[in-house]
Amino acid sequence: MLLISCPWCGPRDETEYHYGGQAHVPHPENPESLTDEQWAEYVFYRDNPRGPFAERWVHSTGCRRWFNVLRDTVTYEVLAVYRLDEPRPELPQAGGNR
Amino acid sequence: MAEPTFDARVSPLAHLAERMRAAAVTGVRGVTLTEWPFLTMVNLRVAPASAAADRIEKALGARLPRRCGHTTSAGPHTVVWLGPDEWLVLSQAEPATVTAELREALDGDRGSVVDVSANRTTLELSGPSARQVLEKGCPLDLHPRAFAPGRAVSTTVGPVAVVLWQVDEAPTYRLFPRSSFADYLARWLIDAMSEYRGPEVP
Repeated sequence: MLLISCPWCGPRDETEYHYGGQAHVPHPENPESLTDEQWAEYVFYRDNPRGPFAERWVHSTGCRRWFNVLRDTVTYEVLAVYRLDEPRPELPQAGGNR
Repeated sequence: MAEPTFDARVSPLAHLAERMRAAAVTGVRGVTLTEWPFLTMVNLRVAPASAAADRIEKALGARLPRRCGHTTSAGPHTVVWLGPDEWLVLSQAEPATVTAELREALDGDRGSVVDVSANRTTLELSGPSARQVLEKGCPLDLHPRAFAPGRAVSTTVGPVAVVLWQVDEAPTYRLFPRSSFADYLARWLIDAMSEYRGPEVP
């Protein structure tokens, strides 16, 4: 069970949240100018790193707000939690792929 | 159109009133379950620290709580924090009166005031064993060091999403499940209460 700290509600069990996939995926500037392949890449293709991964979560049975979590996909450790209007925090100890 | 001459509302738990009464446990391990139907609930959304929020606070006579878990009360109203710009106003007054008052205070600014009284019903769980009953299915820490009278949070009890509000130190809790989940939650609580009828198993 993950213990995730909602930016507004504090630490709550994973069961109160829902997962929203990779964070910081920009919407294309001109969707109508994309080829089918490019559009499919935007809609379906996501990173799958080993190590820190920025992802979206929603506190569905709490305040119902979306926010971002930086989670280590190897250890499942929650490294940082930040609001949507905050930049992805720099982690001095995060070494990327291990 | 003619005014309705009778109250046609049916509470979501009217059919379980007798079972809830029969499930009451008395004594040192006592716990009771009651429904308080048709409580006025108004969902309020407005930017905190705005002129509109100030006017609403004046109209209610209470500050809008700014932190998760906090509530404020004044006269017939209790305001529960739901989100950084969202509150639930519980009231003894008529829904139409409360929404009219709040809409006037909002005065066309960005925000919303919606009567959601039929969205949820109110279950009151009270008695020395009430906390133990909830602890069977609530992920929150309800111990007095972490949760106390006047605190209210959105969470889950069993699999049902509820707003959970502690009103006194009996302890008495009020649970606000969505109407369609109320039947399940009431039966879940009746089942969870049943062990306190007998002596404690060492």
